[in-house]
Amino acid sequence: MSATTSAAPTPRATNAPGRPRRVALLPTAALLLGALYCLLPVAWVVVAATKSGDELFSTFTFAPGGGLLENVSDLHGYRDGIYWKWMANSALYAGVGALLSCAVSALAGYALAIYRFPGRESVFNVLLAGVLMPPVILAVPQYLLLAEADLTDSRLAVLLPVLLSPYGIYLARIYAAASVPADVVEAARMDGSGEWRIFRSIAVPMMRPGLVTIFLFQFVAIWNNFLLPYIMLSDDEKFPLTLGLFTLLNQGSNTPALYTLVITGALLAVLPLIALFLVIQRFWSLDLLSGAVKS
Amino acid sequence: MRHRAFAIGAATLLAVTTLGGCGSSDDGTVRLTYWAWAPGMEEVVALWNEANPDIQVTVKKQASGDELVTKTVTAAQAGTAPDLVQAEYQALPTLASNNVTADIRAEVADVEERFTPAVWQQVTLGTDAVYALPQDSGPLLFFYRADLFEEFGLDVPTTWDEFADTARELNEVAPDRDLTTFSANDAGLFAGLAQQAGAQWWTTETDRWRVAIDDEAGRRVSAFWEELVAEELVDNQPMYTPAWNQALNEGRQIAWIAGVWAPGTLATAAPDTEGRWAAAPLPQWEAGENATGSWGGSSTAVTTDTDHLPEAAEFATWLNTDPEALTALVQQGGIYPAATDARTGGALAEPPPFFANQPDFYETVAEVAEGAAPAAWGPNVTVAYSAFNNAFGSAAGRRAGFEEALAVMQRTTFDDMDRLGFEVVQ
Repeated sequence: MSATTSAAPTPRATNAPGRPRRVALLPTAALLLGALYCLLPVAWVVVAATKSGDELFSTFTFAPGGGLLENVSDLHGYRDGIYWKWMANSALYAGVGALLSCAVSALAGYALAIYRFPGRESVFNVLLAGVLMPPVILAVPQYLLLAEADLTDSRLAVLLPVLLSPYGIYLARIYAAASVPADVVEAARMDGSGEWRIFRSIAVPMMRPGLVTIFLFQFVAIWNNFLLPYIMLSDDEKFPLTLGLFTLLNQGSNTPALYTLVITGALLAVLPLIALFLVIQRFWSLDLLSGAVKS
Repeated sequence: MRHRAFAIGAATLLAVTTLGGCGSSDDGTVRLTYWAWAPGMEEVVALWNEANPDIQVTVKKQASGDELVTKTVTAAQAGTAPDLVQAEYQALPTLASNNVTADIRAEVADVEERFTPAVWQQVTLGTDAVYALPQDSGPLLFFYRADLFEEFGLDVPTTWDEFADTARELNEVAPDRDLTTFSANDAGLFAGLAQQAGAQWWTTETDRWRVAIDDEAGRRVSAFWEELVAEELVDNQPMYTPAWNQALNEGRQIAWIAGVWAPGTLATAAPDTEGRWAAAPLPQWEAGENATGSWGGSSTAVTTDTDHLPEAAEFATWLNTDPEALTALVQQGGIYPAATDARTGGALAEPPPFFANQPDFYETVAEVAEGAAPAAWGPNVTVAYSAFNNAFGSAAGRRAGFEEALAVMQRTTFDDMDRLGFEVVQ
């Protein structure tokens, strides 16, 4: 905002580099509105989680209550702490699923970017079509397929469908094409390195920022996934957080929804994601500082 | 180092695989799975498991609602449905027409007399088959703020005409308060009110369905509420919103028509009003009658997927007729039992804590429940309900046009069944 006041136009400085540009008011206002629109619900969750059941609907919406600790301990005590089991399940599905899917994406993306083989473009086009396909409509067919293999209601039923992420492969291919120069691969071959070793020791480090992005995308997508585990799982010991909180909301007409537990649970469910972003952030900035080839 | 990472990944995958593969044992013990949402069901089933070591039941807790019906139908198509499911009454036609629920009439031949004919008719769907056993029911009652009724000198209405008069009187003595609201978000309540007036929305007659939502009973109910809403004698905002909670909590709405489960809802929605409510029979269309509708209620169905139909039916019978099981269901799950002999005394001798001021709460309920009208559900209740939400939502907002809204609901429901290939007339 201070930029507006310091922007005294002098003809001499018009094109000078580094001169603070005038703040465009309209776009800034629009962005601020957008930020408010996105952040208000988050603020609501944070405030509502501090309210006890009595205060939730009766006090002013953004007036914090005094029941946060009580809510957390209620949540902890609900059915012998099943909430933490759900969180562990979410971590398992999202962690293992994102890791494996990241590995599959790296292999497939690298192969599609580096090797020339017949059918390469068709494979890529099929994958592109897969990017356009919302995973939601695949959930029921995947259920029927896994039922054939007798795998429904198992943890594998949630993990297997997320392994292949068309979007992840697409990103990995784009990233591999941009960051792994063909010359480097060629040079490694000249030096007698095998294809697996080239991928593992040369390509993967070069692709790392892209792979981290894929990992995070997949992690968040699986963490927030609802329909796939909803269809696949019937045992609530295997439920992820999304499903567990849903069962707290829908307990039949003769039981009121456990709003305070759900709101507190939703708030706690975001914390691991925030922590993950903070921890992994540093891998992003660590882009390939050292170029392998001079252009 | 890379190899190690790979090995860890592979080991994790293996561990996950072994975790997933829990199989059934073959030591002669029958193992049944039961999808249910009622809270405390695990504790009730534990009683059965203790007494029946050779028939072990595992509860898999689900979220209630239309999604569960879809999930059950999908699982049945894949041949992976559980042995038993908890099903709302209005879902039974959907489950039965998808061949999900098994006919257990031979296994439960002698339990019919434990239930009222109106409830029993909901699990037979008007046929000779028995598709489920009734578990709980939600007869409609008139809940009102006893303290405010006294303060404003209002009488508890016994007929709908008196109900309208009460709304008018309240409007005069306290213009800032409403008697109640007409919520266009809760088709279940409207369905219950129509049942009380004698509506039979879906009926079967020799291999074809009849849809009769826009009939005399429905028009009577919708015209009644249209008048109240048009004159601004009742509110037109939906229920179960924070604003509604606040209106109840602050006494800006002083009555609520709801199922017998209302005390639990009021305890969360209006915590400051504890001990100030009372329950009375629903106002009647003709003075001196005892008719009510239902909102909510569920049953226990055995699926066609089960390999142990007799054992599953035996468990369902125990769960819904045995005194010990019903007492546990009432105490653990807070249900109102469908079995008539479980409705007084025992676990229901005391009123719900929120209604401690009304010691005869459950006696009142038991009398009302005697007059619960039979509900007639069809295979596309969800379509009819969403048509209600759309059509009546806009009508309630305009405070006019309820008659057309009812016609739209009828047409939408009929067209949907026709499109799905049902033989249907209206």
